[in-house]
Amino acid sequence: MYCVWCDGLCIPEMNWENLWSMGRTKTLCNQCENALKVIEGNRCKKCSCQLKEKQYICSDCMQWEQRFKQDPLKFNYSIFNYNERMQDMVTRWKYRGDYHLSCAFEQIFIETFKNTFAFLSKKVCVISIPLSSERILERGFNQAKVLADYLIPKREEFITRVYSEKQSKKTRKERLATKNPFFLTKKVNKPVILVDDIYTTGRTLRHAAELLLENGCPAVYAYTLIRS
Amino acid sequence: MNRNLLVQSQGNLIAELAARFSGKLLLRREIPLDEKLFQRLVNQSYFTPTLSIKRNKFHYICERCGNRKRRLFANIPCNSCKKDHLYCRKCIDMGRVMECEPLYYWTGHEPKWKKYKSPCSWTGTLTPEQKRAANRIVQAVKNDERELLVWAVTGAGKTEMLFPAISHLLALGKRICIATPRTDVVRELIPRMKQAFIHVPIQGLYSGSPDMEGTAQFIIATTHQLLRYQSAFDLIIIDEIDAFPFHSDPSLAFAVHRAKKSASTSIYLTATPRKKQRVRMYSKKLPHIFVPIRFHRTPLPVPRLKMCFQLKKNVKRSLPPPAFIHWLKTRSNPERQILLFVPTILLAQKMDQKLGELLVKEKMIRREGLLETVHAADQDREEKIQLFRSQNIQILITTTILERGVTFPSVDVAVIDAGHTVFDEAALVQIAGRAGRSPSDPTGEVIFFHDGKTEAMEHAIEAIVSMNKRGGFR
Ligand SMILES: [Zn+2]
Ligand SMILES: [Zn+2]
Ligand SMILES: [Zn+2]
Ligand SMILES: [Zn+2]
Repeated sequence: MYCVWCDGLCIPEMNWENLWSMGRTKTLCNQCENALKVIEGNRCKKCSCQLKEKQYICSDCMQWEQRFKQDPLKFNYSIFNYNERMQDMVTRWKYRGDYHLSCAFEQIFIETFKNTFAFLSKKVCVISIPLSSERILERGFNQAKVLADYLIPKREEFITRVYSEKQSKKTRKERLATKNPFFLTKKVNKPVILVDDIYTTGRTLRHAAELLLENGCPAVYAYTLIRS
Repeated sequence: MNRNLLVQSQGNLIAELAARFSGKLLLRREIPLDEKLFQRLVNQSYFTPTLSIKRNKFHYICERCGNRKRRLFANIPCNSCKKDHLYCRKCIDMGRVMECEPLYYWTGHEPKWKKYKSPCSWTGTLTPEQKRAANRIVQAVKNDERELLVWAVTGAGKTEMLFPAISHLLALGKRICIATPRTDVVRELIPRMKQAFIHVPIQGLYSGSPDMEGTAQFIIATTHQLLRYQSAFDLIIIDEIDAFPFHSDPSLAFAVHRAKKSASTSIYLTATPRKKQRVRMYSKKLPHIFVPIRFHRTPLPVPRLKMCFQLKKNVKRSLPPPAFIHWLKTRSNPERQILLFVPTILLAQKMDQKLGELLVKEKMIRREGLLETVHAADQDREEKIQLFRSQNIQILITTTILERGVTFPSVDVAVIDAGHTVFDEAALVQIAGRAGRSPSDPTGEVIFFHDGKTEAMEHAIEAIVSMNKRGGFR
């Protein structure tokens, strides 16, 4: 097998501990796998950002609490830190449109999902944050949708996006002030897990969460690949 | 508007478009024209589409980068054609090539490039050795020879040897490209060429360059950028032909081949030809000229080898061997700056802090800021190189990224763990060639710290000694 990032040979390391995983196909070589950093140690219980020991939630999340009487998002769980290598990968995956690179995240995205959201019963909806149609035409695919499609239960579609906005080009303040770009096409009465690629300020996810809660959804969680 | 004016303005438009798109092979989205105009140009055959990804019985071929590796193609659900089809992963950093989107080539007239009477503003004089090589290059260009390799030792002054041939072609209104695999080399060449050809518009292309258009008569580019050209150049000069990744990435050779016109000359420049090129030279399949002497006529510095038994241990603790510190203190000219080569990025990063502290403690440098580190993934590389050149940094730790193309006036050169596989013969010869570059300080020390002599080290030293002999030194 060849590494989907560097095209180097993937040689699976064999030892007794990982014998059980030998049947799986490796998508990244060891070096590239190690270049990515999984969030470890203490993290914000709300947004998954790295925190010092003993702290419970971060100052950003404190502000969200103040802003809404109750934060529309129960919590966000992210897998990776946004280090330099991850930024390079996101650039090629999302902005250059290298669809195939998605497979590098498939396994860990599925496994972490099982561990994190096992406490929710089967009666839960998975939906992905939609892109505007222009963005879709430009990139050819929605990376959030690709990620959500790896999961069980099957992804459902009931929010759409009206405005197209380049979030990445905005300052933090501008992002926080944006109008809700989503609208709902169907009512939901089950808890929802929102899937996206990156949690940055949490503004986009909370727009979607607010909308869902206003329309009868009992609880909204977020699951993202990266905490930037 | 009367008919004549209309015809004339149409003519002007076409001439302007020809200047922008001639010699280019582009995706639709790389052609910033509105759809109506673009369609008209396609209908009138000013632009001709070609398939971007061809399928034949056994494999796929990306027509932009020449990729044929099955694993570097993947399927993508396409939103415009509502089905899955191929795209090329190999050249994705230049924008995605989709199977359903053709590449367009300008098939209108070629623009009339300017003829420059005496384009060269360089006022220096060539040494007899440079002159001999320069004349040979001019001859190759005049006779439309297909290729010529210029084998010139490090510091021979090969850039100046190109001036007469470039001047000759600019006088005839021809289009020229200097390409090289390394971004740093492109950055170093641009100001030198602009100075030497002050009235000629020159554009430099590399990933992230301020010029992106690539429409000038004289282009200096990374070989990668040539993937957007087809039959464009009358002369292509490939600097550092043996450099990684050129000699290992087939798509770059493919790009160069396609970017030149069918009747054109390719000049290859190298100080360390690879075996492939040497075999072709010695079997007379590749014409070449050898320049065995530096322009300031001082022999190449010959590396010294220093055996360090504890090297692996030292390196593990991210420190250079004690022999390095000893050498540092006993150098013949302590005024010289130091280029310190290490095999890996990781070691470079780790050694940065440790060595900085140590040298301050040993009073070898005043403060830690006088020691810096550069490597391929370093975003501040350009600035640090500049700081080193302006002598605001005393010691620069580097990976092989600085082995070639960059010139500093007065440095001593050390290699830590010279036995590492990244230091092949060519790399070591190039590294040694960083020393003694300026006429005001034409010597310099080169020392390899190792824990076991390798063939690469021996061959590198043999090669340097034999070049000095051919240069008339004993
Ligand atoms: Zn890899
Ligand atoms: Zn938080
Ligand atoms: Zn390609
Ligand atoms: Zn398509």
